[in-house]
Amino acid sequence: MMRPAPEPQPRPGLRVRLDTPLWRGVLIALVTAVAIAFLLETFFFLRDATLPQWLLALLAIVWGVGGVMLLFTLAAYLVEQFPATWKRRLIPIVFVGPAVAVVVGYLLLPTIRTLVASFYDANGQQFVGLANYVYAFSSREMLTSFRNNFLFWLTFGTSFSVVFGLIIAVMADRTHPVFEKVCKAIIFMPMAISMVGASVIWKFVYEYRPPGSNQIGLLNALVTALGGDPAPWLLRQPWNNLFLVFIFVWLQTGFAMVVFSAAIKNVPSELLEAGRIDGANEVQVFFHITLPTIKGTVLTVATTVVLGTLKIFDVVQSMTGGNYGTQVIANVQYTQMFRQFNYGRAAAVAIVLLLVVLPIMLYNLRDFSKRTEAF
Amino acid sequence: MRSATPTNPVSRTGKNRSVKPGVIVVYAVLIFLTFIWITPTIGLLISSVRPADAVSSSGWWTVIADPSNAEFTLDNYRTALGIQTAARKHANVNLLSALVNTIAVAVPSTIIPILIAAAAAYGFAWIRFPGRRWLFVIIVGLMSVPLQVSLIPVLRDYIKIGLNGTYLGVWLAHTGFGLPLAVYLLYNYISTIPRDIFESAFIDGATHFTIFTRLILPLSTPALASFATFQFLWTWNDLLVALVFLSADAGTQVLTQRLLGLIGSFGQDWHLLTAGAFISMIIPLTVFFLLQRYFVRGLTAGSVKQ
Repeated sequence: MMRPAPEPQPRPGLRVRLDTPLWRGVLIALVTAVAIAFLLETFFFLRDATLPQWLLALLAIVWGVGGVMLLFTLAAYLVEQFPATWKRRLIPIVFVGPAVAVVVGYLLLPTIRTLVASFYDANGQQFVGLANYVYAFSSREMLTSFRNNFLFWLTFGTSFSVVFGLIIAVMADRTHPVFEKVCKAIIFMPMAISMVGASVIWKFVYEYRPPGSNQIGLLNALVTALGGDPAPWLLRQPWNNLFLVFIFVWLQTGFAMVVFSAAIKNVPSELLEAGRIDGANEVQVFFHITLPTIKGTVLTVATTVVLGTLKIFDVVQSMTGGNYGTQVIANVQYTQMFRQFNYGRAAAVAIVLLLVVLPIMLYNLRDFSKRTEAF
Repeated sequence: MRSATPTNPVSRTGKNRSVKPGVIVVYAVLIFLTFIWITPTIGLLISSVRPADAVSSSGWWTVIADPSNAEFTLDNYRTALGIQTAARKHANVNLLSALVNTIAVAVPSTIIPILIAAAAAYGFAWIRFPGRRWLFVIIVGLMSVPLQVSLIPVLRDYIKIGLNGTYLGVWLAHTGFGLPLAVYLLYNYISTIPRDIFESAFIDGATHFTIFTRLILPLSTPALASFATFQFLWTWNDLLVALVFLSADAGTQVLTQRLLGLIGSFGQDWHLLTAGAFISMIIPLTVFFLLQRYFVRGLTAGSVKQ
């Protein structure tokens, strides 16, 4: 592209020069307007079109991805046509603006609006003060949810995931490289599976048939083979929660293991050797050298898993729907929103969920701002 | 755990050849745990190719115990996909349409946030402008906000402007919820690209746009792939966002939604559920194992969205 002459104003002359930044700017603005109109028009066309589904999906993908690229390119070219001082002001908007707009529109403003809505009634018409919070902190389903989220999910979910992850990472580190690889791949694999898919897998394991008939669920088959009585595990309160938590542990251990594994491989071997020469056995080496060295990583993983347990939704929704004493906060929120259509209560429960994760968010933020002080 | 004798140090990488009781215990524990981890999935896979009667009358492990008598069939997959609807009560399973929808939701929901986040990461890293630190902290600080706090207001806006039940609505929602992590990961990467790589391009008169598209994006491929793997798995496997923004119309439902519906309406038809679950798993598992290297790099980069 030709750089414009030092003085960007269009020179007075008889001939109208189409190559000046001003004219190019007008042209590109026009093209942008046409592009936006075109994208809008095609959106409504695709939304209401009756095409074969695969074709519609394909067109939609091209439309969405292509549309974003097109708009960004046009905006970048448009800004290039402005005089230098304006250009300097506008370029950050082109690059950072979309991200800021999306985050403000989808996270920041909605949070504030939800906070406001939590003080209004089911339809958002009548101010009801703290009534929704009374519900959120004293209703039976929320009290059950607090117990389940904190006692079962947070405590057992986090500790099992972290401990299993640590054990596997430390042990696999001492095995043959091929064995280590296979073993880690198997433990890690569930990370790719949706919580709904995992729920189908484990619901099948927990499947119950009355005593005497053929058990097709693995767990009850094992129990009966060992001489026990089959049990409907998902109905046995409150321990059914643990059967749900284990699905989460099955999904999350791979995450913990992979991060721990990377950290363990970074522990200097001289440190470990020094410990061994001093006569420490492998257990002592782990507790006195490896673990203190990777303490920060353990904390990071634990906070991530804790966040997951506090927000848990999919597993409960697909396994029990929150029945049989397995209710959790996120599922109450969903139920109030889409079954009861009580937006006020749903908003209050969402705010409670935010408050519950807030300490961890603030901790992460502090940690993060320490790391970006040189920004 | 028994341990190696202290007088005979074991190399951390397991290069010591002599077998010790400690090593045997290590292998035994690992084999036991991996066995527990993989068995349910194997059960799912085997059940999905067994005839319906067999699945409901005997355990899937009987196939392993007595392979000569086992029967295998792909009928469950045909029924689940809706290719062959012999049994009328299964007519509305049709996971094929859900599969197409899931692709249409997950692919743009992965690419759009990458584009927006990469541009923002470049802006934060290499363009000086007032307030950039604050904007950055706001975006990244919202990383672990539970998306439940956003659902109701966004849904109301969508209903008002006609975005509810559309692909675009879900893409934008996934973009909004995934963007903090994306900006964070990509900023960490893009800000460490040495300045002199594009200093000369600037001197040659290249614009920010040219530098971004010609230099930064190609150079950031590992970071982009890392986030892409994350976001693809996240959007493919998501249930909540789909339930909220797509629930109005059965024709636009994604796999997780349909699977949840199947659990409700065909809860005892394990031949169908297992096939359906496997259909929903096959693409993310493939992506996962192909891009595992990048995925792990993203995980170990520090912070993870849940």
